[in-house]
Amino acid sequence: MFAKQLTVFIENRSGRLSEVLGVLKTNNINILSLSLADTTEFGLLRLIVDNAPLGKEKLQENGFSSLLSDVSIIKIPHKAGSLQALLKIIDESGVNIEYMYGLSIESEEAHVVLKASDTKKVDEILTANGVKTLTCEELAKL
Amino acid sequence: MIWNETKECMSRDEMTNLQSARLVKLVDYVYHNVEFYRKKMQAIDLMPGDIKSLEDITKLPFMTKDDLRDNYPFGLFAVPNSEIVRIHASSGTTGKATVVGYTRYDLDVWAECVARCLSMAGVGKDDIIQIAYGYGLFTGGLGAHGGAEKIGATVVPMSTGNSKKLTTMMVDFGATAIACTPSYLLHISEVLENEGLLDKIKLKAAICGAEPWTEKMHHEIETKLNIKAYDIYGLSEIMGPGVACDCQYHKGLHVCEDHFYPEILDTATLKPVGDNVTGELAFTTLTKEGIPMIRYRTKDLTSIDRSPCECGRTSARISRFKGRVDDMLIIRGVNVFPSQIEAALCEVEEVTPHYMMIVDRVNNLDTLEVQVEMDPKFYTDEVRAIEALTKKISHVILQALGINAKVKIVEPQTLVRSEGKAVHVLDKRKLY
Repeated sequence: MFAKQLTVFIENRSGRLSEVLGVLKTNNINILSLSLADTTEFGLLRLIVDNAPLGKEKLQENGFSSLLSDVSIIKIPHKAGSLQALLKIIDESGVNIEYMYGLSIESEEAHVVLKASDTKKVDEILTANGVKTLTCEELAKL
Repeated sequence: MIWNETKECMSRDEMTNLQSARLVKLVDYVYHNVEFYRKKMQAIDLMPGDIKSLEDITKLPFMTKDDLRDNYPFGLFAVPNSEIVRIHASSGTTGKATVVGYTRYDLDVWAECVARCLSMAGVGKDDIIQIAYGYGLFTGGLGAHGGAEKIGATVVPMSTGNSKKLTTMMVDFGATAIACTPSYLLHISEVLENEGLLDKIKLKAAICGAEPWTEKMHHEIETKLNIKAYDIYGLSEIMGPGVACDCQYHKGLHVCEDHFYPEILDTATLKPVGDNVTGELAFTTLTKEGIPMIRYRTKDLTSIDRSPCECGRTSARISRFKGRVDDMLIIRGVNVFPSQIEAALCEVEEVTPHYMMIVDRVNNLDTLEVQVEMDPKFYTDEVRAIEALTKKISHVILQALGINAKVKIVEPQTLVRSEGKAVHVLDKRKLY
């Protein structure tokens, strides 16, 4: 299953990141994980929140444009080598990983957020291999 | 040294008579050979015979860059292509270039004018001159080249783009003169300084043009290189470099008046103003065969001084430029209109039509940054996609303008929206 990621384009100007986070706070949207891809000119703030569509709507109202995209949030055992084992499965399928970052929830398992060049294919592979992923509904309950 | 004393030191009466005679002939020639202008005259019931002397010039309709665009490419040529021996082109206000054609006679006149300019700068047949304007469609390189050959100097056709080779040859050849844009020369002086070559050059004069420059830049060039720098002016629509140049007294640029009749127009009424009053400069090409121009509005703001100069020349002098009537920018010697950027951006569907141009000068080289907003439809969560888009836009701009621009994608709704006349340009160079 896919989860929704909220991506916000922000210019490298001081205070912009804080403004985005302010909008989320005001609307009681909880951030579960984030990754910031930065270049010299701009940054892409990728967020996993408990209600991504609401986040998009509220950011829009406040002058920030964002994008909802499908990502896989994958459960893996909290032990050495488990991430590599996961990647091995994906690599063998020939799909490229665009980016990846961790998601920490208090539980016995670890989670990684992963975006691949072919999201559907990755999802099929994960399902076929019995790997569990989080859905939007599950995220909302966290 | 004065290259052509007969023409450059004529009395005012003699010059007026010569200009009158040439204007009458020109109007007759254009009426019979350029349909566009004939129709323009007919529309206001004007016949060639109505133009009897220079005073009648105000009866004639103006020409503008738009006329060149509307008659692209060869519509304003007064001769068949068999008589045209050279084509040059400069930026148009939108996609189409401004194209001009020269007959063999036109090229001779051009070389004559540049020869006068080079002589004003003290360059002669014993000199070795590096021409470091771009060679190609731009008139700078080949224009300066023709004049330099005419005076018999040793011409080194460097063109632009390789500063290292230029400085090496400047030293090895013992070049005594250079023709290039002033900002490029300042850049060259830095290269020379960094390589410890400043005391090894034999340079004595620089003929700089194709872009406006300040007194400060002039002073910096002269002191840093220990040379004399001269200002040369021209535009391809009229001829190219060599329309006017300043002499050692730097009291304005001497116009080759026997070939190009200058007028200064009130910017509101477009009526000619008196000497030493600032207005828009217009030229009538008194002797041009290929693409004659009548009262061509240059959009450059300046004034005219017709008092004799200490150098002995009597030709009218135009003052240092005070700005532009339109929004044209000169970046690295290339004419750039914001409308060209706008047209180029329309080809890129991923961005909105809103843009901002930021022009600056860093280490004496002009820089152009173009800020654009991404269309929300094309948002992405991948850095790679945005970088690819940036490259794509840079490429489109390079194709349209011929210069490299740094493209910056900004947040949506952050660029100024058009409310009447939108401000699309921030020029930090303070050239006027």
